[in-house]
Amino acid sequence: MSDAENTLSDVNEVDIDAIYRESAIQDVLDRLDAELVGLVPVKTRIREIAALLLVDKLRRQLDLTAGNPSMHMSFTGNPGTGKTTVAMRMADILHRLGYVRQGHLVAVTRDDLVGQYIGHTAPKTREVLKKAMGGVLFIDEAYYLYKPENERDYGAESIEILLQVMENQRDDLVVILAGYKDRMDKFFESNPGMSSRIAHHIDFPNYNPAELVQIAKLMLAESNYRMSAEAEEVFSEYVKKRMDMPNFANARSIRNALDRARLRQANRLFNSRGRMLTKVDLMTIEAEDLLKSRIFAQGTDESSRDDDE
Amino acid sequence: MITNPTGRLTQGQFSFLPDLTDEQISAQIKWALAHDWAVSIEYTDDPHPRNTYWEMFGLPMFDLKDPAAILMEVNEARKTFPNHYIRVMAFNSTRGVESPAMSFIVNRPANEPGFGLVRAEGPGREIRYSFHSYATDKPESERY
Repeated sequence: MSDAENTLSDVNEVDIDAIYRESAIQDVLDRLDAELVGLVPVKTRIREIAALLLVDKLRRQLDLTAGNPSMHMSFTGNPGTGKTTVAMRMADILHRLGYVRQGHLVAVTRDDLVGQYIGHTAPKTREVLKKAMGGVLFIDEAYYLYKPENERDYGAESIEILLQVMENQRDDLVVILAGYKDRMDKFFESNPGMSSRIAHHIDFPNYNPAELVQIAKLMLAESNYRMSAEAEEVFSEYVKKRMDMPNFANARSIRNALDRARLRQANRLFNSRGRMLTKVDLMTIEAEDLLKSRIFAQGTDESSRDDDE
Repeated sequence: MITNPTGRLTQGQFSFLPDLTDEQISAQIKWALAHDWAVSIEYTDDPHPRNTYWEMFGLPMFDLKDPAAILMEVNEARKTFPNHYIRVMAFNSTRGVESPAMSFIVNRPANEPGFGLVRAEGPGREIRYSFHSYATDKPESERY
């Protein structure tokens, strides 16, 4: 008896290490930590999912029942909080843990699923589902699928097919719905079938100013730019001001702001013709590139014009 | 002979074996996808061996990555044409090859009447032989 138990526990120990290394899951999780700033609840949930799948894999090796857990998810959060980025990582993680076979991500919106006339929707939805099989289907702004004000809308048909596949072919694909929190809540309220088939409701929190500055630095580093110390201070000031304005879209607004800063930097360098430029010059974004922003010039007067800050 | 003792059509791969299960079909499709061959589904109710081009079912499936999706389409085809021959093909588009690499039947009618040998007399007691599927005596879509 004790012999049997001993061998059992031995096998156990060997397996978890082997599987862990084989899936290289730590690699993905580390990258997640390094490249995604903040998002603690999201990361925690991903870690939990990874652990569950790992343990399930182990159980299967020891012939214990491991019911295929449902992995459909909903990502809710404000614009620019990293929903698509995380979905992309999710496909990779699920693939490494052997939950999906191919690990590709198919990102769609209402237009790709819902047809324009009778009989057009079902084939269209099925086509998309087939394309996503073996991977992850990411439906952005999923609440547009359901339009309660128009009872002849074909979105409901699409939802019906989605539900059917989500239930019957769980092993074949994972569906991730994404959208703004309040609208998604309303969407789930009117589609209780959808809500109950989704195991993981993950809420993406907004970034705080410090996190946004860090994101900006990561983005700049990716494209071989950097901010001077002075510019960094100005930028954190910028972030605080920008956050109070309408149409603030977290990381997306930061990316836009940086794009404009690069534009001004290029302009500044162009106007300083006549002297030799160094590599550092080309890389560095100075405070004045940021200070020319409309936000500093006029406050929130022209706040609605997102493209001209 | 084309009509064999089991009375079943023998064209393409695996046709002397018992019908493939869905799992086995998936495994074959997986093999095809692993080689980057384009998989398609075709059906017909005219099983003459020289009837090379069957009707294509649905859209071509160049962009599908997983056998489950193609199996779903196979089942759709079976539902639509329960009494037709349905085959899965894999096309190898490598330059210089450009031909079907795989072809196997995944659905056949419940009753396969087989083929008759037709002898046509020509000048000088010459005889020309041809095959004739009994099923094609009836008009299309009423054959099985």
